[in-house]
Amino acid sequence: MTTTSSEPGTDLESTHGLALLSEMVRIRRFEEKAAELYSLGKIRGFLHLYIGEEAVAVGALQALGPDDAIVSTYREHGHALARGMPADSLMAELYGKANGCSRGRGGSMHFFDVGRRFYGGYAIVAGGLPIAVGLALADHLQQRASVTACFFGDGAVAEGEFHESMNLAALWKLPVLFLCENNLYAMGTALARHQAATDIRAKAAAYGMAAEAVDGMDVLAVEAAARRAVDQVRAGGGPFLLEARTYRYRAHSMADPELYRSKSEVESWKQRDPIATLAARLRAADLLADADMAAIEATVAGEIAAAVAAAEAGPWEPVDGLTSDVHTVRATGAGTPA
Amino acid sequence: MKMTYREAVRAGLRAALRSDPLVFLMGEDVGRYGGAFAVSHGLLEEFGPERVRDTPLSESAFVGAGIGAALGGLRPIVEVMTVNFSLLALDQVVNNAAVLHHMSGGQLSVPLVVRMATGGGRQLAAQHSHSLEGWYAHVPGIKVLAPATVADARDMLLAALLEPDPVFIFEHATLYPLEGEVPTEATPATIGRAEVRRAGRDVSVITYGGALSKALAAAAQLAQEGIEAEVIDLRTLRPLDVPTILASVARTRRAVVVDEAWRTGSFAAEISARIAEEAFYDLDAPVARVCGAEVPMPYARHLEEAALPQPATIAATVRKMVRRG
Repeated sequence: MTTTSSEPGTDLESTHGLALLSEMVRIRRFEEKAAELYSLGKIRGFLHLYIGEEAVAVGALQALGPDDAIVSTYREHGHALARGMPADSLMAELYGKANGCSRGRGGSMHFFDVGRRFYGGYAIVAGGLPIAVGLALADHLQQRASVTACFFGDGAVAEGEFHESMNLAALWKLPVLFLCENNLYAMGTALARHQAATDIRAKAAAYGMAAEAVDGMDVLAVEAAARRAVDQVRAGGGPFLLEARTYRYRAHSMADPELYRSKSEVESWKQRDPIATLAARLRAADLLADADMAAIEATVAGEIAAAVAAAEAGPWEPVDGLTSDVHTVRATGAGTPA
Repeated sequence: MKMTYREAVRAGLRAALRSDPLVFLMGEDVGRYGGAFAVSHGLLEEFGPERVRDTPLSESAFVGAGIGAALGGLRPIVEVMTVNFSLLALDQVVNNAAVLHHMSGGQLSVPLVVRMATGGGRQLAAQHSHSLEGWYAHVPGIKVLAPATVADARDMLLAALLEPDPVFIFEHATLYPLEGEVPTEATPATIGRAEVRRAGRDVSVITYGGALSKALAAAAQLAQEGIEAEVIDLRTLRPLDVPTILASVARTRRAVVVDEAWRTGSFAAEISARIAEEAFYDLDAPVARVCGAEVPMPYARHLEEAALPQPATIAATVRKMVRRG
């Protein structure tokens, strides 16, 4: 089983390469700050970090336009940032503030931005897949050329909703990009300990669906594969399963003592770090100087400092609004009582 | 005009499909088969396979796809064959449909209608006969309708399609062949309003769905004995029309709740609690409940009949309460 990866030098163009690098750095620094704030008690609940997997979100989202839709998981900080959601609205949501992207109702696992067609982080594993199928059905029935990208992890592959959704999308030839972020662990259970057949890409064949596996530590490879997949989906080829093989460096959540994997395994994946890899490639091609890297870090640091400041300064939702937004309030006032 | 409950639901579906191009119907066997209960018979031919979509037996996926399609700007009507099957989609209902508006800080709305058959009485045993709408009514963020009359079968569906949020409609399966009078002009019903189906001074019999006809039969029998029962059809379990219940109990000073579902943790318990909380001093007798027996539904006819509320058991409960008082 081979996975596609980019050759050194392919698709490298100065501004694009720097943009990809900058976006990955932005996600990583945002999450490092979030982890720090978690330990200070500023952020509570679950916090699932994406650190190590940044190339997948950043690469994949290059292939999507503003009219495309995104359905994500509870590990969605990277997808949200890569989609262009402002860091301050995300940090404020982590704080539970009223200026958060979900007004403090969602927290880390439930970012939403309807204007950017970011339909949310879903924290029931595989629970977002049927929603993605429905969004694609809506686009299909309204003759829109949009694609719905649906992120999920390797753990989701064990759920019935994965198989039901793959079948339904393929049966109805709907424009869904199923994007599996295979980080090798369903929380603490290794892929081989929960899947009888561990080749996730191969599962698409059961539904007659096109599929590809890609090195998820290589942002250029992910971007290239995602563009191929999205082009095919948008052209009416039906859904596509893209498996990105990646790794999370941090624990599953802040509560995870990491008893199930070795430090040496984590270290070996860090040797393939997506940020360091891209930076080295850009340097080798003379497209990245120390000053560029420093400028990226400075810009990102400024954005994150501003995000923390906005979160700190943000107001709390008033408790007397506790039961608001359970039902949609219609402008006509014709809504029925709760 | 006269039509059956089945025809009334179909009339509602047809009116919706005709008037709104964003409406579509999907579910198991709704197309070529014509619906497991023949509700959607003829709609595939009239509206085509894009708008009358047969689905695989994937309740979670097609209910979830209904949520997604609603988010994407459509007006889906999803038919789930029976309430017992709907348990396979409960994740999508409870974790997604009901919460997305709130969890997104008010950004998303899910204008989805899900219809399904509920209830016993057809000798289908313990995997096709239960009344689980009370579970759904537990969940904030959705609305739960239980049309008990032929007119409501059509007009509550039309009302559901005007709602901006998810609405679940529970159609008692024994009602489909029943005939009734419906106004020629279809008018969306008012969601959240109960109806007094029979006025009476001695006791309030509070019920919904398939048990309504049994409560009315019991009331007719009791009237011959000089006991006038008021029969309230809740129609909507969530939002619940508490004022209508309380006003009736204030008049009759007695309440019997009739519900096919199991007694423990039931919707009947919710009604009883509301009366106890808000009308305790109006009561001349403790609230009574006539509920389904606490048993998985048995197949044999005599056992199933014994497991369900019947006119005789309702009448006996009322008689005992009224004569004691």
